[in-house]
Amino acid sequence: MNAPVSPSTTKVRPELVCPAGTPAALRTAVEAGADAVYCGFRDETNARNFPGLNFDEKELIEGIRFAHGHGAKVLVAINTFPRAGGTKLWHDAVAKAEAAGADAVILADLGLVAHTAEKHPTLRRHLSVQAAAANPDAIRFWVENFGIRRVVLPRVLTVPEIAAINAEIACETEVFVFGGLCVMAEGRCSLSSHATGKSPNMTGVCSPPSHVLYREDGDDLVARLGTYTIDRTPKGVPAPYPTLCKGRFTAGDYSGHVFEDPVSLDAAQMIPGLIEAGVTAFKIEGRQRSRAYTQAVVAAFRKAVDDHMAGRPIAADMTRRLAEGQTTTAGAYKKTWR
Amino acid sequence: MTEAALPRFPRLIDRVIGRLPTLPLDLAMRRFVGSLADRHPSLFSRLGEHATKRFLIEPTDLSLGFLLAPDPAMPRLEAVKRDAAGVCSVACDARIAGPLAALVGMVHGALDGDALFFSRDIVIEGDTEAVLALRNAVDDAEIDLAAEIAATTGPASPYVAQVLEAIRPAAERLTGVALGRPGAMA
Repeated sequence: MNAPVSPSTTKVRPELVCPAGTPAALRTAVEAGADAVYCGFRDETNARNFPGLNFDEKELIEGIRFAHGHGAKVLVAINTFPRAGGTKLWHDAVAKAEAAGADAVILADLGLVAHTAEKHPTLRRHLSVQAAAANPDAIRFWVENFGIRRVVLPRVLTVPEIAAINAEIACETEVFVFGGLCVMAEGRCSLSSHATGKSPNMTGVCSPPSHVLYREDGDDLVARLGTYTIDRTPKGVPAPYPTLCKGRFTAGDYSGHVFEDPVSLDAAQMIPGLIEAGVTAFKIEGRQRSRAYTQAVVAAFRKAVDDHMAGRPIAADMTRRLAEGQTTTAGAYKKTWR
Repeated sequence: MTEAALPRFPRLIDRVIGRLPTLPLDLAMRRFVGSLADRHPSLFSRLGEHATKRFLIEPTDLSLGFLLAPDPAMPRLEAVKRDAAGVCSVACDARIAGPLAALVGMVHGALDGDALFFSRDIVIEGDTEAVLALRNAVDDAEIDLAAEIAATTGPASPYVAQVLEAIRPAAERLTGVALGRPGAMA
């Protein structure tokens, strides 16, 4: 546990932005204490284009009605990069989000941001983490040219770096506080594309499940992605997501994780520092997860934020059982590498 | 592992179930899955192309597995007995195996499928995309198995629901399996 801190009477209460992979998850997140939820359409315009997930137009309208009825906002992620010759799908998604009454759209592509600023000037625009805007100059470019109101910062920055950015920009910042980690420059990773021909950037799927195959080999769990065997997990060891960045590699005498360990971000203990750094909103990753995850993580972070704002200590290790690898990290917020 | 070890279905009750003929169970499940399709059409629309796949749901602590074919035109759910080697030998596109409490907990939205996968409490094999579609569609449907069973009894359903609600705490203690969604029938 942290040492008790004095009540934050002068701090603005941060917005808790929570994942909604399905209409049921949206209702769960709102009822668990989300200030805002983010969701996407059931196509490749959003970066969680997994089977059985996401919203059609009618579901989005109903979800927005439910959220607004409970005092919560709905942000629509249209955060993949349009295909040449296929931009209409992305343009239509922005129009549908506005017509449904979305409070903001979360965008990554320069062309789509420009289109939205021109054709939907009153629709609030957030810059997705996929745009990888990680310094004041880049953020100022987006704000001054396209009226971006909030930037979701990449998960590669320390708390002092976030504070330095906030001191130099004229828009809100949102940072991830829980969930899966992405080690690459976000929006620029091609590992999944290399292995499967599909990527989170263009088709909205990292390690598409159509290319993932699990097999039990004795006590080991063997995972394949495309034509590659990327992991062999012994009995008793937590299984990771089937992404290349978290696969096991052999080089010389070393065999193990090279790019990233299978762990989840948990920045609950960093909440005071992130508020101090001027962050406006805390984001929970996990639109691909279940209602059980949504309820547990949103409720835990609702409590953590409320406890901090009331001057109470923040409880530790609230959600580790839900983490990948059943292990958590403070990620780059406490960076010990470069 | 999950925070608390998942309960295993009582072996004695499983032995009794394993010796019963599957025909009455199949008839009951046919009625159950037909009613489910009527009450939760979005479950099947979310499955999309995967609705025509065949899923083997295999509780590792039961003598039976269940073959689910969620084709909206003719949804089917059938019991599959284990062979002498303890294997549910049936052709399927995907297999989901784990303790009954884990599988039912996922249906009720009480347990997270990814966390159960990380902890190795459940295993999936075969068509991963179809499994993911099924998991997501079921999660969105907010199914309560006790309410769904009661719904199959037509005009008697309110009374059956009351009976199920009354016996549920004892049955859950006995089996370790959450038989309904918390608060769903109350």
